Amino acid sequence: MTDHDKEHDHARTFQPDHQEPTSDSARVGLALRELLIEAGHYTAEEEQEVIAAMQGASPENGGRIVARAWIDAAYKERLLGDGASAIRELGFELEPYEFTVMENTDSVHNVIVCTLCSCYPRSLLGMSPAWYKSKDYRSRVVREPRSVLAEFGVELSDNIDVRVHDSTAELRYMILPQRPAGTDDWSEEQLAALITRDSLIGTQRVLRSE
Amino acid sequence: MSKSWGPHDIGGQEGGPIDLSEHDTAHWEWQIDAMVRLALSKGLISDFAELRDGIEQLTQEDYDSCTYYERWAKSLAFALISRGVISEQQLADQIDTVRARQEAGSPT
Amino acid sequence: MTAPLFSVGQSVRIVDRTPRVHHRVPAYAKGQVGVIERVCRLHGEPEKFIRGDGKPTQRLYRVRIAQNGLWDNYAGSDGDDLDIEIFEHWLEPME
Repeated sequence: MTDHDKEHDHARTFQPDHQEPTSDSARVGLALRELLIEAGHYTAEEEQEVIAAMQGASPENGGRIVARAWIDAAYKERLLGDGASAIRELGFELEPYEFTVMENTDSVHNVIVCTLCSCYPRSLLGMSPAWYKSKDYRSRVVREPRSVLAEFGVELSDNIDVRVHDSTAELRYMILPQRPAGTDDWSEEQLAALITRDSLIGTQRVLRSE
Repeated sequence: MSKSWGPHDIGGQEGGPIDLSEHDTAHWEWQIDAMVRLALSKGLISDFAELRDGIEQLTQEDYDSCTYYERWAKSLAFALISRGVISEQQLADQIDTVRARQEAGSPT
Repeated sequence: MTAPLFSVGQSVRIVDRTPRVHHRVPAYAKGQVGVIERVCRLHGEPEKFIRGDGKPTQRLYRVRIAQNGLWDNYAGSDGDDLDIEIFEHWLEPME
């Protein structure tokens, strides 16, 4: 490759406004990216489109689904019976994964993990939190869910059972939190705004209506 | 309990307090994520399982010392070299280029 | 469409083996007994994906395992459980 070519490719791939990591391992990723773009496997524009789409996803998507289920009992039934079809009604798609919703009740609290890697329904909940990907969470929440939940501020009495869901294969999960008291006359938008990322994963149980 | 199959197979093992701090995803991390998705959509690799497999074959030391996106990058590199999309030498040379650029500081 | 071998409520054991290829059964679950909680769809076997065979030919299930049976000195309620996705070829019926 001539010096001119190198400069040209460098200009296409280098982004002076963003901090680059300098660990050996991260350099593997940076180098790989530059090679693939320079070889024409994808373009910086395509990269930007993919990033924009990922950044557009947030827990607000999950919040919309939950609010609809709270307002519409028949929708809730469809959501719990076949999550993949139900979210399509709201314009969401998670194929080929089986989207599965778990309902919190007075007697059951659900929490999600992927012990083997960090599977997570990103297009519905946005980027997973760092703790969800951590070894400490992945190793401990299956074995001692109550003490892990306590670290998140979730205290559960003995008459509430804890159910852990390990996302080991092709299902992707979201929790349907309990609707807080005092919200009977709230609009769907107001309800959706209440819902937090952690309540959709299961590391928060009580949602504030204040 | 059955023996753990790899550095990733950690459910039920001992662990410490959960670090609850939030970390914004860095720009380079979005780029790694996008690269993985594009490698799949462009058919450079055929399935996400290939990437999980690569991560599972990291040494314990690599697995523990690398961050989440560093693991994905290493796994994708391994998969693409195995498939002949790039060569080990090309990658090594490009890593040198990246290092040289970083050590020289930002260009004007 | 292949009919599922197992049905909801059936007791099953998760096979305890370690193939030398990518598989998605955590060590803690191998050899454990649980109950089929849900019959899921057909998907590709993780063991076959890396050979480029991702055809959705294997039935997936959710298996519910009681936590107090899974761990020594489990700290929680007797009603606590753990649900995990396991493919049909990893399950055996319990008599």
